[in-house]
Amino acid sequence: MSIVLGFVALVAVIALTWLWRQGVAERPWLETGAVTRSPSPGGQPTGRTGLGVFLIVAGGLFALAGSAVTMRMGYADWFEMRLPRVVWAGTALLALSSLALQAAVFAARRGDGPGLASWIGAGAASMAAFLLAQGLAWARMAETGQGLAATPGASFFYLISGLHGLHILGGLVALARVATRLRRGPGAAAPAVALCTIYWHFLLIVWIAMLAILTGWASDAAALCRAILS
Amino acid sequence: MSSVSEDPDTGIPPAEVPDLPPPHAHGFWSRWVFSQDAKYIALQYSGTAIAIGLVALVLSWLIRMQLGFPGVFDFISAEAYYQFITMHGMIMVVYLLTAIFLGGFGNYLIPLMVGARDMVFPFVNMLSFWVYFLAVVVLAASFFAPGGPTGAGWTLYPPQAILSGTPGGTQWGIVLMLVSLILFIIGFTMGGLNYAVTVLQARTRGMTLMRMPLTIWGIFTATVMALLAFPALFVASVMMLFDRLLGTSFFMPALVEMGEQLSYGGGSPIVFQHLFWFFGHPEVYIVALPAFGIVSDLIAVHARKNIFGYRMMVWAIVIIGALSFIVWAHHMYVSGMHPYFGFFFATTTLIIAVPTALKVYNWILTLWRGDIHLTLPMLFALGFIVTFLNGGLTGLFLGNVVVDVPLSDTMFVVAHFHMVMGVAPIMVIYGAIYHWFPLISGRMLSHRLGLIHFWVTFIGAYAIFFPMHYVGLVGVPRRYPDISASFVPDSVATLNAFITVAALTVGAAQMLFLFNVAWSLARGRKAGHNPWRAASLEWQTPEVPPRHGNWGDELPVVYRWAYDYSVPGAPRDYIAQDDPGHRASWSHVP
Amino acid sequence: MIVAACLVLIVLFSVAFHLVSPWWWTPIASNWGYIDTTLVITFWITGAVFTAVVLFMAWCVFRYRHKPGRVAHYEPESKRLEIWLTALTALGVAAMLAPGLVVWNRFITVPDDATEIEVVAQQWFWSYRLPGADGQLGSSDVTWISADNPLGLNPHDRFGADDVVIDGGDLHLPIGKPVKVLLRSVDVLHDFYVPEFRAKMDMVPGMVTYFWFTPTRTGEFEVLCAELCGTGHGYMRGYVLIDEEAEYEAWLGEQLTFAGLPAGKEVQVANTAEPIGGSDP
Repeated sequence: MSIVLGFVALVAVIALTWLWRQGVAERPWLETGAVTRSPSPGGQPTGRTGLGVFLIVAGGLFALAGSAVTMRMGYADWFEMRLPRVVWAGTALLALSSLALQAAVFAARRGDGPGLASWIGAGAASMAAFLLAQGLAWARMAETGQGLAATPGASFFYLISGLHGLHILGGLVALARVATRLRRGPGAAAPAVALCTIYWHFLLIVWIAMLAILTGWASDAAALCRAILS
Repeated sequence: MSSVSEDPDTGIPPAEVPDLPPPHAHGFWSRWVFSQDAKYIALQYSGTAIAIGLVALVLSWLIRMQLGFPGVFDFISAEAYYQFITMHGMIMVVYLLTAIFLGGFGNYLIPLMVGARDMVFPFVNMLSFWVYFLAVVVLAASFFAPGGPTGAGWTLYPPQAILSGTPGGTQWGIVLMLVSLILFIIGFTMGGLNYAVTVLQARTRGMTLMRMPLTIWGIFTATVMALLAFPALFVASVMMLFDRLLGTSFFMPALVEMGEQLSYGGGSPIVFQHLFWFFGHPEVYIVALPAFGIVSDLIAVHARKNIFGYRMMVWAIVIIGALSFIVWAHHMYVSGMHPYFGFFFATTTLIIAVPTALKVYNWILTLWRGDIHLTLPMLFALGFIVTFLNGGLTGLFLGNVVVDVPLSDTMFVVAHFHMVMGVAPIMVIYGAIYHWFPLISGRMLSHRLGLIHFWVTFIGAYAIFFPMHYVGLVGVPRRYPDISASFVPDSVATLNAFITVAALTVGAAQMLFLFNVAWSLARGRKAGHNPWRAASLEWQTPEVPPRHGNWGDELPVVYRWAYDYSVPGAPRDYIAQDDPGHRASWSHVP
Repeated sequence: MIVAACLVLIVLFSVAFHLVSPWWWTPIASNWGYIDTTLVITFWITGAVFTAVVLFMAWCVFRYRHKPGRVAHYEPESKRLEIWLTALTALGVAAMLAPGLVVWNRFITVPDDATEIEVVAQQWFWSYRLPGADGQLGSSDVTWISADNPLGLNPHDRFGADDVVIDGGDLHLPIGKPVKVLLRSVDVLHDFYVPEFRAKMDMVPGMVTYFWFTPTRTGEFEVLCAELCGTGHGYMRGYVLIDEEAEYEAWLGEQLTFAGLPAGKEVQVANTAEPIGGSDP
C-alpha cells in the first residue's frame, strides 16, 4: 500500500498547506465584516479547481491499482512480463499527443485560430492512434500466450490499461466538445484547451508509471536507491 | 480587537464569484425528475435512500427474528440468513448512510449554507443522482435474480464471495452487487466533485473557511475523504469481477473446493482485505464526520450558545479525516497479515480517539451554561452523544490489538459498530430532519409524535445494542444463524429474545416517523421564517422554503461566523450571518 | 427534568448491567490471562469516562434547561480547559495502549519449546495434523489434495510420513505444554476459534498463519469458525480436548499416521530422497 499512502500523503500536504493559508488558526468570532484577512473564495476558475479535484480522484484510483500490483508481486507466481513492441510505439504516440495539445495551448495564447485547430486535430488523431496501438498490443499478447487470465502481470496489464483507455475515451469526448467551441475563436476555447492539456499530461504520467511498475523498473530503481543509501 | 475588517457600508469589494442564475426549471419533468436544482436532487437522493433503507429495516427484523427465536421461522434458512445480513449491512452503510449524508444533506445544505445559488456543475449533479438510482435498482434486482442476492457478508471477502458455498457466489448475486457498487462509486464521484468544488469555489462574499458552519466542514471533509477512499472499493470490485467472470487470479489462490481443484492460482485474499478496508475504514468517518458537523450545529442552535471551541472542532475534523487513512488494518488484526503491523495500527487507532474525545467534550461544554431548549433536534442530539460515546468507547477495546483478538468476529463487534455508526448517525439524521423540515417544507413536524418516536428509538436502540456487547463477551460469534454452543448459557437465548422484541419495537416506531412526515407535510403547523432563530445562512433566504436560485436578486454578504448566539449586548439572542450590525457598538465584547 | 433523569437512569442501568448480569466471558483455559487483564483495565477506564461524561451531561441538561429569562453564557473557547482535557484523554489512552502492546508482543513471540501442530480448515469441518516421532511436520500443498490425501501432504517428503493425520475426529492436546498452532485452509477464509483459549487467527488459503498458547485446564472445548465461510459457517464445529500427559499419549498411540493412509504408501519408497519444498511453514 506504499504507493497509495505516498499519494494520500501528497494530497494531505497540499490540503493542509492550503488550509493554513486560508487562516484556519484565526478566531472567527473576533472578526466581523464582509472582508477579513483570509482570502475570499473563488481565486481561480471553477473548471480548473474541478479538474484538479478530479485528477486527485483519478490519481488515487491508479495509485491504488499500482499498490495492488506491488502487493500481488510479493507472491510466488509473479514473474516479469514481456510487453509486445507495439506498446512502445503506443507510448510514443501518447507522448506526441501530449506535445500536440501543449502546442495547441501555445497557439491559443498567440491567438492563432488555424494553428489551434490543427494542433487539436493532431492531438486527437495521435490519441486515437494510441488506442489502436493498444488494441493491437492486447491482441498480440493474447496470441503469444499472455491472455487475460494467463499470468498475474498480464491480468494487471489488461486491467490498468483498460481503465486508462476508458479515461482516454472520456478525454476525447471532452476534447470533441472543446473543438465545437473553436468557431467562436481561439480566445473562447483557450481555457478549455488548457484543461484538456493538463488531463493529457496526467494520462501520459499514469501510463509511464504503470509501465514502470509492471516491467519492474520501479522496483529496480527503488532497490538501487536503497543500495546507494545504505 | 485584531480585526482588520472594512466597514461593510463602504468597503465591499466586487464579488469574485460571478453571480449567474442557474438554468431555470420549467415543468414537472425538469423540476421533479431531471432536476438540476440541488434542493430537488437532495430530496431525490434522500427519498431513494430512505426507500432502500426500509428494505434494510425489514431485513433487520428478519435477522433478529431468526436470532431471537431460532427454528421458529422455517423460511429463514442459513442461506437466507446470510443473504439478509449481507444486504442489510451493505444497504445501510453505502446506499443509505453515505447517500443520505452526502447526497441528501450535502446537496440541500451546501449551497444554502455557503451562500451559493446552486452546485457548480448542476448537470453533473443530476447525472450523479440518476447513476445512484441505477445502482440502487441493480442492487434491488439481485433480490429477484436466480440464486438471490449475495450472502458473502457486507465485506465480500474472497474467495468465498465468488465460490459456490456462498449464496449467490457462482450465480447472479455477487455480480450484481459488484456492478451496483461500481455504479454507486461513479455516481458518487460526480456528486462528490460538486460538493467539494462548490465549497471551494462558490462561497459567497465574506464566507471564509472559518465562518462556515461545522455541518459544512463535516460534509466537505467527508466528501474529500470519500473521493480518495471509494476508488479503493472501485478497484477491488473491478478486480473481483474479473476473478469471478474472466478467470483471473487477483485475489484467488490455488484452492480445492468441495474436493475439486479449481483453476485459480497465486492470488491473495489479503490484498482484497487491504483494498477493502482502505475504503472501509475511512467510510466509517465518511458517515461520522457529517454527523459530527450536523450535531454541532443542532446543539449550538438549540442551546443558544456558540459551539464551544469552534477552532478545535474544525481541526479535529481535519485531523480525524487525515488519520483515518492510516488505521485501516485494525480491521485485520486476526487476518493473518504480518503481526508487526499490529503495533503500528493499534497506536494510530488509539491516537484517533483523542481528537474524537475532544469533540464529545466540546459538545457537552456547549450545553454547559447554555440555555437548553429541549426541542426534538436537541433530544436527538443528546441521544447521539450517549450512543456515540458508548460506541466510541467500545472502539477502544477493538482498536487495541490484543484485546481485539478474543473479541473480533463476535457479537461485541456487531454491537460496537451498530452503536457507533448505526444508531448514532441515525440519531443525527432524525435530529437534522426535525431541524430542517421547516426549511424544506415550510411546516413543522408534529412535536407530540416526534416525542414518542424519539423515546422509543433512543431507549429501544440502547436496549438492543448495550446488552449485545455482553453476548459477544460470552464468546458468541457474529454471522451465526443459531448461536447455541456448549459454552453459551441458556440465559443468552432469553437475552436474545429480549433484544429481538426491542428491535421489532424500534422498527415499528420508525413507521410513526414516516407517518409524521406525511401528516405534517399536509397538516403541520406553518413554520414561518426561521422558527429556531438560527444564525446560519440557510435560514436567511428571502423565501422559506427557498426558491430556485436560493437568494432572490442578490447573493447574500456574510459578516460573521455562524455561531453568534447570546452575544452580550446584542439586541437578540442570535445575530444572523448576513446581519451587518456593528459589534464595536456593543458593550463588553470579549 | 425527565430527560436528565433518563440520562442518569441509563448510566445506572449500564453500570448495574455490567456488574450484576450473568453474562461474562467463559472461564479461561489458556495462558492468555493477560488479555483478560487488559480487557478489564479497558473496561474500568472506559466505564469511568462514560459514567462521568453522561452524568455531567445530565447535570447540564437539568441545570441549564430553558426557563424564561435565562441567557446562555458567552464563551467561544477555553484553551486551558481544552489542553487539560486533551492531556487527560491522552493519558487514559496510553494507559490502555501500553499494556495492550506489551501483551501483543508476547502474543506474537512464540516460545522455542512450543510444539507445532497444524489445523486444516475446509468447508465445513476441521482436520488436524500432529508431527510424528521426528517432531517435524512434512510439507503440503493444495495441489496434492485428493480423496486419499485430504490434507494435501507431499507424498515425497520424508518428514511427512510419520505425521499423525486426524481427519474428522477431535483434537487432543497435552496440558501445560506450549503449542504453536499452524493454520491452513484449502478453500476459503476460516478462523480457528475456541473461546476459552482467547487466542484466534484467520486461516487464509495459499498461506500458513499461526498463533500460540499453553493449555492450562483439562476438559472439552468447542471449536467454532469465526470468519464467514459460506452457508455452513454456523455449523462448522469441532472439539479440542485437553488431556493429562498419560491420557494424551494413550490417545496419540491410537491415531493413524500419514504413511498408514493409501496416499502415504509412496513415502516409504521415496524415503531416502531429499525433502522437496512445498508451501512448508
